[in-house]
Amino acid sequence: MCPEQIVELMHDYLDEEIDPANEKTLRDHLKSCKECEMIFNQLKKTDAFVKGISHMQAPPDFTANVLARLPKEKKKVWMQRWFTNHPMLTAASVFIILMMGSLFSSWSQDQAFSVSKQKNLVVKNNTVIVPKGKTVKGDVVVHNGNVRIEGEVQGDVTVINGEKYLASAGHVTGQIEEVNEVFDWIWYHIKTTAKDVIGIFGQSNAK
Amino acid sequence: MDKIVKKRIKQVIKGDQDAFGEIVEIYKNSVYQLCYRMLGNRHEAEDIAQEAFLRAYVNIRSFNQDLKFSTWLFRIATNLCIDRMRKKKPDYYLDAEVAGTEGLTMYSQISSDSPLPETEVESLELQETVQKEILKLPEKYRAAIVLKYMKDLSLNEISEILDLPLGTVKTRIHRGREALRQQLRYV
Repeated sequence: MCPEQIVELMHDYLDEEIDPANEKTLRDHLKSCKECEMIFNQLKKTDAFVKGISHMQAPPDFTANVLARLPKEKKKVWMQRWFTNHPMLTAASVFIILMMGSLFSSWSQDQAFSVSKQKNLVVKNNTVIVPKGKTVKGDVVVHNGNVRIEGEVQGDVTVINGEKYLASAGHVTGQIEEVNEVFDWIWYHIKTTAKDVIGIFGQSNAK
Repeated sequence: MDKIVKKRIKQVIKGDQDAFGEIVEIYKNSVYQLCYRMLGNRHEAEDIAQEAFLRAYVNIRSFNQDLKFSTWLFRIATNLCIDRMRKKKPDYYLDAEVAGTEGLTMYSQISSDSPLPETEVESLELQETVQKEILKLPEKYRAAIVLKYMKDLSLNEISEILDLPLGTVKTRIHRGREALRQQLRYV
């Protein structure tokens, strides 16, 4: 009967954990013992068989299936990834948000009644009156109030957040404009800014 | 690759699921293979492998980032497989231990006397035979053998995955291999 430790040495050999002295003991024994040699060969064969079946591949949609089973991602993370993937859009949207923010805040701050200063304009209870038979020269701009035109305005009339009444005798040489919604108001701002810019260029060209 | 995995883990901890998708891509074949060898059924293997990744995702904060991620992941997968094996244990306890042997079961007793047919075995058939014999091993030997024959796993890693001393792992591999030898010697 062979010593028990010989079989252990065989396993150590297969685990590649055998030291040279033990390997020599094993080899010497195998040379002299047919039975152990047979067992050793069977073990080596088993080892090769099991190694031979090792490689396997997961089903093709495995990853997608795992991700579908995960708890929902936090919105914050999704947004962060979107921002890093679309830097230009991010910059643009930040810009738009800031723009809108400043416009809205100035819209809401702009609640006080005001009117452009001109001769012959009469103010009564937040209503600007162009009296009958009088003539106002220049553009009239009214914020947060109404305007009643009974006389003549030689220029444009703009009413922001208010209403205009044009009496039958009233007369405006320029345009009459009412701005009541915030988007109208923004559009009005854009127009006036553009006009100012054109005006500046016009002046410099004239020089 | 460990560096990439570490980076991805940090992203996953912040909640980034795309980063976790990359981790799944890296390990899906090994985990699936581990589960298939343990359970012997493709459907179950896929189910348990997915479950292992799901648990890894949910518990990612408890993973010690100084350790190897694969060790942790394989431990989760192995434990899930063992749980599943216990649940579907047949009621005629063939894998109950035979008295006086440590871990040798009825399986190894019955079929060792009925040699497999000595016809020429096609490679695929051979693979199935080997897989079948692995499935006959009692769970503690089966886990050790399956891990031992996964690519690139050292005995130390196996001992960490199974949370067992190195000596115990070696013994289990040796016993498992001996049982396989007896089954496969006539193939």
